[in-house]
Amino acid sequence: MLLEIRNLHVSVEGKPILRGIDLAVDAGEVHAIMGPNGSGKSTLANVLAGREGYEVTEGEVLYKGRNLLEMAPEERAREGVFLAFQYPVEIPGVSNVYLLKAAVNAVRKHRGLPELDAMDFLKLVKEKIRLVRMDEQFLYRSVNEGFSGGEKKRNEVLQMTVLEPTLAILDETDSGLDIDALRIVSEGVNSLRSPERAFLVVTHYQRLLDYIVPDKVHVLAGGRIVRSGDRTLALELEKRGYGWVLEEAGLGAGAGPAA
Amino acid sequence: MSAQPQPRPDPAERLAAAFRERRARLPGAGLAWLEALREQALERFRAAGLPARGDEDWKYTDVRALARRLAPPAAGPGPVAEDAVRALAFEGLEAHRIVLVDGFLVPGLSALGALPEGVTVMGLAEALAREPQALAPWLRLPEGADGFTALNLAFMTDGVWLRVADGVALERPLQIVHLRSAAPEAGAHLRHVLTLGAGARATVIETHAATAEADVLDNLGCTVALAAGAALDHYVVRESGAGLCHVGRIDVRQEAGSRYVSHNVTLGGRLTRSAIQVELAGEGAETHLYGAYVVGGRQQVDNHTRIEHRTAGAVSRELYKGVLDGRARGAFTGRVVVHPGAQRTDAEQANHNLLLSEDAEADSRPQLEIYADDVKCSHGSTVGELDETSLFYLRSRGIDAELARSLLVYAFASDVLERMALEPVRVQLERRLTAVLLAGREAEGVI
Ligand SMILES: Nc1ncnc2c1ncn2[C@@H]1O[C@H](COP(=O)(O)OP(=O)(O)OP(=O)(O)O)[C@@H](O)[C@H]1O
Ligand SMILES: [Mg+2]
Repeated sequence: MLLEIRNLHVSVEGKPILRGIDLAVDAGEVHAIMGPNGSGKSTLANVLAGREGYEVTEGEVLYKGRNLLEMAPEERAREGVFLAFQYPVEIPGVSNVYLLKAAVNAVRKHRGLPELDAMDFLKLVKEKIRLVRMDEQFLYRSVNEGFSGGEKKRNEVLQMTVLEPTLAILDETDSGLDIDALRIVSEGVNSLRSPERAFLVVTHYQRLLDYIVPDKVHVLAGGRIVRSGDRTLALELEKRGYGWVLEEAGLGAGAGPAA
Repeated sequence: MSAQPQPRPDPAERLAAAFRERRARLPGAGLAWLEALREQALERFRAAGLPARGDEDWKYTDVRALARRLAPPAAGPGPVAEDAVRALAFEGLEAHRIVLVDGFLVPGLSALGALPEGVTVMGLAEALAREPQALAPWLRLPEGADGFTALNLAFMTDGVWLRVADGVALERPLQIVHLRSAAPEAGAHLRHVLTLGAGARATVIETHAATAEADVLDNLGCTVALAAGAALDHYVVRESGAGLCHVGRIDVRQEAGSRYVSHNVTLGGRLTRSAIQVELAGEGAETHLYGAYVVGGRQQVDNHTRIEHRTAGAVSRELYKGVLDGRARGAFTGRVVVHPGAQRTDAEQANHNLLLSEDAEADSRPQLEIYADDVKCSHGSTVGELDETSLFYLRSRGIDAELARSLLVYAFASDVLERMALEPVRVQLERRLTAVLLAGREAEGVI
């Protein structure tokens, strides 16, 4: 099993947000996570990436059999965990190309590979940037600074395709994308799909799952996974909304975090 | 048996006695106007003393630390290895170079090269011997000079005189290297005079360094006079070790349509007190004051700037950025005065600070005084910490915490350096900045 989440409880500032998540993702799989606003999807994604400010009060997370929660964020990244942020961060003064180069070489160094020189690196990046159909000029701009919402999301996908992660977590990467961009982003993901890699795709829209066909779909509500199924679950949610799932799970229609 | 501590003589008396003992041997001795100036300056020093506690202008400078190091000048320069000078060259920069050690020009270390017609570069002592009358108008005790400036004028031993004639361009920059030898306990009291005629252009780079951890004080004065349409790019870079203290004051006077660009960078030194005063005296004059101070440990930097808009249609731009680590203190006081009648003044001023540790301190005092109505003025100041979200974003891409911090700090400070027109200076300072931040870590490839 690539990723195993067992009975994960997480609080933020003393407030319980995740209340017993169990999830197992095998290499080669794509899991979609859906659920109402505020149900804890980004919290889960951030905890997996190692963001500070989250207190794990119970449970464990194993990644490649190792205790993921003990690893520093950069170590997780070097071991192949990648989070595409719901809200990508603007970093004035640090160029996109520099960030990519530092990231690629950090990962390569960790794997015992020689660092890429400027030429090989640019060749690699230019190939990937064509894949996500971004203008090369974006490489020389500051990270996400002044990017439109959709450009930021594409930039996340660019980073992902350059870093070739083992476990990619996409937090609403489809939100704010136009129809063409949605297809391009999906192609980026699909180009990476392989028996060694897994994807955790957080989304509100079943439409994305037409392009990135998931093996499993989970509904996160009230800090728990209240229902899991195959891709037909997403279609059903699209038609009927969350009400019936929440009712069956004994949750009110509010569906946000536990009070 | 315990030795009775010697009562320390009052520093003012000690300095006055040294002055009396020394004045006949100071450069220009025998010139009546200069002797009168030196006497007047010493009188001012005795009357004003050093800034007292409670003096608003000196609130953020540890005057006592400076007073302890305040000393009369040495008799001459101490020994300095040529390597030390070479280390201060900017890679890829062809410059006319003058080296001053302990307050004295050292011809053997200098490399002036051929100067274009219409350009004079001379040591101040030499100039006082050869062309005293040409210098006389620029050597004056400023109104309300403080004790340090007064002492500088009383004791000045040397410095650099740059004169560029009307319409002449000094294409290669003039680099003035200030070094301290291991010779202890001497003060350096230097004065530079930079005068550019109408439409003249020049670039001056002052670098300050100490070859030894001497616990001493440099007391520097500089007069800049720009005639109509003249343009001076003026770099001041302090990279001294932990012992050296700097007090520096630059007085700039600008005539119509002239342009002064100052890059004031402090990356070292125990305590730096820098003051820049600009008089925008002619219509359409433009002044740009950029500053970066990146210090840690117990280092202190106190930057003062004062821009006087005395005429219509002048422009001033000011950006100072500070990065403070350890227990360092950084202060910025920037005053912009728009005098009556200075219509269409366009003034922008900003100071931003980044604190890297809980014990570091930044004090920011932007001050605007406006006595005209048709003006465009803005000012802003911030003191902040590294953004945790940005830090996490970088780390989530595999970049380790230390490098991520350095990158963010570098990004914060780099827009000040970006404004430097001289690429070799900019590139080297970017490297130095990164090295300071990474504290010995491999800096290659960070930029
Ligand atoms: N730093 C924080 N302080 C307080 N509450 C927080 C913090 N971070 C998250 N929360 C709360 O935790 C809950 C879950 O937030 P989270 O961002 O995980 O939801 P989500 O499922 O990703 O929602 P959306 O679909 O809107 O992106 C929300 O109620 C949110 O307000
Ligand atoms: Mg979310």
